[in-house]
Amino acid sequence: MTDTTEKHEDWSRPPATEVGIIGWLRKNLFSNWFNSILSLLAIYLIITTVPGMVEWALINSVWGDKSPEICREAKGACWAFIYEKHRFIFFGVYPYEQHWRPLVAMIIFLTLIFGSCVKPLWKLGWWIAVAWAVGLVMVGILMWGGVFGLKYVDQNQWGGLPLTLFLATFGTVFAFPLGILLALGRRSRMPAIRSLSVAYIELIRGVPLISILFMASVMFPLFLPAGISIDTLLRAQVGIILFGAAYGAEIIRAGLQAIPRGQYEAADAMGLSYWQSMRKIILPQALRITIPPMVNGFIGGFKDTSLVVIIGLFDLLMTSRVAFQDINWRPFFVEGYLFCAAIYFCFCFFMSRYSQWLEKDLAKGQNH
Amino acid sequence: MANAQEAAAPNLGPAVELRHLHKWYGEFHVLKDINLTVRHGERVVVCGPSGSGKSTMIRCINRLEEHQRGHLFVDGLELTNDLKQIEAIRKEVGMVFQHFNLFPHMTVLENLILGPTWVRKVPRGEAIETAMMYLERVKIPEQAQKYPGQLSGGQQQRVAIARSLCMKPKIMLFDEPTSALDPEMIKEVLDVMVELAEEGMTMVCVTHEMGFARTVGDTMVFMDEGEIVEMEAPEEFFSNPKNERTKLFLSQILSH
Repeated sequence: MTDTTEKHEDWSRPPATEVGIIGWLRKNLFSNWFNSILSLLAIYLIITTVPGMVEWALINSVWGDKSPEICREAKGACWAFIYEKHRFIFFGVYPYEQHWRPLVAMIIFLTLIFGSCVKPLWKLGWWIAVAWAVGLVMVGILMWGGVFGLKYVDQNQWGGLPLTLFLATFGTVFAFPLGILLALGRRSRMPAIRSLSVAYIELIRGVPLISILFMASVMFPLFLPAGISIDTLLRAQVGIILFGAAYGAEIIRAGLQAIPRGQYEAADAMGLSYWQSMRKIILPQALRITIPPMVNGFIGGFKDTSLVVIIGLFDLLMTSRVAFQDINWRPFFVEGYLFCAAIYFCFCFFMSRYSQWLEKDLAKGQNH
Repeated sequence: MANAQEAAAPNLGPAVELRHLHKWYGEFHVLKDINLTVRHGERVVVCGPSGSGKSTMIRCINRLEEHQRGHLFVDGLELTNDLKQIEAIRKEVGMVFQHFNLFPHMTVLENLILGPTWVRKVPRGEAIETAMMYLERVKIPEQAQKYPGQLSGGQQQRVAIARSLCMKPKIMLFDEPTSALDPEMIKEVLDVMVELAEEGMTMVCVTHEMGFARTVGDTMVFMDEGEIVEMEAPEEFFSNPKNERTKLFLSQILSH
């Protein structure tokens, strides 16, 4: 090993301990004694848990149209429960024979959402807005019915995934611009607007979403004149929007503060009006900075919609829970929760990945 | 009617006039009784030690800073709290900053056409034509599609000058335009400014580039502790400064 010629040969490549599998292991798993212990611990945990999980979920599990009795005898997961109850989990108490309607509505809705995320389609501009308008009317017709020979379905009967998606999407779409206005208001030079914004943000942030929903559903109607009632779903939606806006406002404010003063001054010096400079100069930069915390908020908001159960709405989580209230399937709540979690995960993971892509795409060309 | 006629007639009064201008930051008196008149086509160079209020003074001219006493007229219009008036004045006054302040999320060309299309409502095609013409003049037309972050400091400052010129301003303010530049880039920016001066642009320029001041300046203004201490033509100012503070300052900046 100390032979000089051998050393010279080695110099043409990095030492074997730095590259290849060994190099990777050294660098990532065993770089020092503390990391080595953690790595060994992690490997131990993986060996002890993963095979058992795979056995439970895949090998010993019961699939397809099987009775609860077969599930009880089997050692593994009872996916037959999901098979049996999936329509209830997805659509709640929406009339069973009409389930195709929320299904089609959801497909249209998701197409609109994912379509709006595709960059090449952005150049369609206003056509995207038109697509949303037409799409939402179709979704509305499908969900409510009452026209074109569709049976009327009251929105008290909506539930499951469509409900969760509607609450989350409209919550995000309306809370976002409201949050921008509140953030600008909080930085306004006009004392009245500033104090109103501060008061609103601090008040709403100081209260849990559950209590806002509860107030919206129980206390708010007390203040309305007799005979006027606002639908529960709408009240929940408004509650979610107002709550999300307060949180969004603070995130956006952080972004606004990160913009150097010179940017505001250059915009002013050019003669741009306040709204022009916000729209063209400040917000495009501020919003880009706030993508990570903002998406964090969206993901949190998406999951928070499950709190609407407190005012009697059947969102995805609630329909999953009700599904295993069935006396025959009661032992299989783990499968129910896992299924529900998997659906949540798909949407949240998409948001997370999409935001990372968006961040990179917007940064193109702008840095050295 | 009266306003329209006034606007149409060439303004024969001064381009900028500061009368007994005062400004405080809290208790601190930054500008003390400033009187300054800038004629159309005149080039005024303002110098002075840091903290003397020279930047604050020119930033008052386009209302990036608010004065608290006295009167300030730009092209015959008085600067007051009236937003419309402020925007009208800002249209006519271009400003170049020490740190360029280009908009990093837009290409060079987008930076240049933003003001004309949004403030002056010039059609996009025409704005692009004007923008390319000015990029040509600051000698970097090939950078039009790049982002500011991809340019050198000197190039960025030239873009900033072109951006101001695209608004077809009557008056240009320069706030230490070369102070943030590496030495080898100062000349390319000063060359552009000299050219601009030779075309007869009205300029108020805060700078320590005394060579530039000598070449193009009509009037030298020396400020210290919030006051205008001395105001002279350049030959007189450099060869025969009257005030002790001016002498001290000149000896410090010209000593090497």
